[in-house]
Amino acid sequence: MTATSDQQRHAYVASQAAEARVNVELDTGDMILNIGPQHPATHGTLRIATQLDGELVVKADPIPGYMHRGYEKLTEVRTYRQITTLVNRIDWVGNFANEVPFVLAAERLMEVEAPPRAQWIRTILFEMSRIANISLFLGDMGVQLGALTPVFFAFRDRERVLNQIEAVTGGRFHPNFDRIGGLKDDLPKGWIAETKDCMETMRNFCDEVEDLLLGNPVFQARCRGIGVIPTDVALGYGLSGANLRASGVDWDLRRDVDSPLPYDQIDWKVWTHTDGDSFARFWVRLQETREATLIVDKLLDGLPSGPIMAKVPRIIKVPAGEAYISTENPLGEMGYYIVSKGDVGPFRVKIRTPSFNNIAIVSWVLRGVFVPDVITILGSLYFVLGDIDR
Amino acid sequence: MIADLSFWIFSDYAVSTAIKLAVVMLIIPLTSLILVYVFLFKMMAFMQSRLGPMEAGPHGSLQLIAEALKFLQKEDIHPDNADKHVFALAPIIVLMSTFLLYVVLPVGPDLVVEDLDTGIFYAMAVSSLSALGVLMAGWASANKYALLGGLRAAGQLIAYELPLVLAVVGVVIQAETLSLQGIVHAQANWEIFGIGSGMPFIVTQGIGFAIFMVAAQAELTQTPFDMPVAETELVGGFHIEYTGFRFLLFFMAEFGTAFAFASIASVLFLGGWSLPFVDPTANWLNIVGPGVMLAKILFLSMIIFWVRFTYPRLREDQLQKFAWKLLIPAALANIVFTGVFKVAF
Repeated sequence: MTATSDQQRHAYVASQAAEARVNVELDTGDMILNIGPQHPATHGTLRIATQLDGELVVKADPIPGYMHRGYEKLTEVRTYRQITTLVNRIDWVGNFANEVPFVLAAERLMEVEAPPRAQWIRTILFEMSRIANISLFLGDMGVQLGALTPVFFAFRDRERVLNQIEAVTGGRFHPNFDRIGGLKDDLPKGWIAETKDCMETMRNFCDEVEDLLLGNPVFQARCRGIGVIPTDVALGYGLSGANLRASGVDWDLRRDVDSPLPYDQIDWKVWTHTDGDSFARFWVRLQETREATLIVDKLLDGLPSGPIMAKVPRIIKVPAGEAYISTENPLGEMGYYIVSKGDVGPFRVKIRTPSFNNIAIVSWVLRGVFVPDVITILGSLYFVLGDIDR
Repeated sequence: MIADLSFWIFSDYAVSTAIKLAVVMLIIPLTSLILVYVFLFKMMAFMQSRLGPMEAGPHGSLQLIAEALKFLQKEDIHPDNADKHVFALAPIIVLMSTFLLYVVLPVGPDLVVEDLDTGIFYAMAVSSLSALGVLMAGWASANKYALLGGLRAAGQLIAYELPLVLAVVGVVIQAETLSLQGIVHAQANWEIFGIGSGMPFIVTQGIGFAIFMVAAQAELTQTPFDMPVAETELVGGFHIEYTGFRFLLFFMAEFGTAFAFASIASVLFLGGWSLPFVDPTANWLNIVGPGVMLAKILFLSMIIFWVRFTYPRLREDQLQKFAWKLLIPAALANIVFTGVFKVAF
């Protein structure tokens, strides 16, 4: 009896082993799926080559470069005044913010300082382009997750911010307003009251987004615990901006770096979140948008009077030297490293854009998630294609 | 010979069949037209502070006809690697399931194409045919996104078929019939504790109604259950490769089925074409009935599309959990309670 049962047991073990072998041989292999370059979730032409096991992502590689326009090279054959026109096109939804670090770096090399009023107006426009940029993200995150309506609210209210920017600069997408030593023009009449009203609209929009998305159980189910980036990984990959602050790092260049912009003269708050997941990134950006509207209000209240342009020569020749200035742009840390040989144009410009560093983490954070989560994570990391391929 | 043929052509059976066929063929494009215009074009636009189409016809009411004509003019493109026959057949099967649904829908005391004794059973059965068409489309397109979409759709439609059917069982127990016409009559004659006459079943089947609407939302692959199409991740899912006329078939089927499900729900839970305190055999209900029914259908469709335009979508595994862990137990509990109350009262 025992012999039989032993035999049976051996037969059973053998059959199990055989079945295990069969299962190994029947491994169906992984599917390679190209998300992009033409895909609605990539905000342009980013390609992410993913290797899928069913719906599970085994491996993901971001492949940028489909929209490279060679701005770093183009700056070498432009004068300083022409370059602000180019750099507008880097982060095209937060356009004015691109000019600020470049102009600040050039000003440092020339050792000129813009008058206080110019700095304040610069900061106001800087924060408004942040609002224009992130409000689009707030609506777009809904679209990524399948909620169609918030993005239309975003476009509706963002329109007012763009109108205000246009009223000052004359351009909705490409303001080209910042000059070395100051600004092109002063604010138009009645602009301050209108802008305050516009900021009120944006705060209402933030409340609306909070009602529509943040408190929505489906939204929370899709975002909480998805794409968690721990603090050390976030620092290791060189994330910046809201992505870093959502991982619990209290780092904001507006506050932490000495800069001529008058952030130290008003009272404001840096928002952080400790979770590091997609929800935290969304939450931090939402709070930042609201904070930016408050910053604009406070700056408008304390706006000093005076000239808006320092004394600069008619033909700008920047003395030989090197300077790097980075500011807290809507997407993260954006910096310009300018090497000048004393000519009318820079010898070499290195542009550090936040999105390029922020998407480096994609291959780390996308490993082992489901295909729908890929979209959530890409959406919450929030990159602008022009900012990756400049 | 000729006399025989003319006799057959003008026989009652042939004439009534021809009329019924024509009605079903006309109604499906018409219903899609109503739903698309009222909800997809206008309600969605107003929710999103837009105007929607305004140019084609008064307030853009002919927009969908313009769109349909545009689709008809487009080139019929097959992907090279597509399984051509299956690819061509898939949208027809999906639309066929919608057509078959309309056969049993009653809109008046005598206005029904065919009052089957097993009406609701038949409706549930043919509605799940669309899963086959969707899976065929997903597989035959030779596209990875379409494949993912097709498989998602198959899993989802099967998972949500169960709560849908189970939610209906409560109504069937209460009405003691499977015939949709019978269910309407049961509601028109129903009294709850001797109060009222012609109360709709939603009064006692509230849970069943909620489960039915949620499951119908998933069957229709509307947000928050629209992962099979998920335009931001699968870029349209199973119908990614379809263009022109074939895409139009999918489009019509989507909204035609939404209309059909809304009408099934209105028959099961809201009393269909009947009105409270009105004798359901009255002849004038044949004229008023369709209007009453349409009002109820539009109300239910509004809920479906309202949710669609507001909510984000769930993930596939969350959706399955929701079906198996929440909807099906709740539906089973509903059946038990309904059975107990039926026996007790």
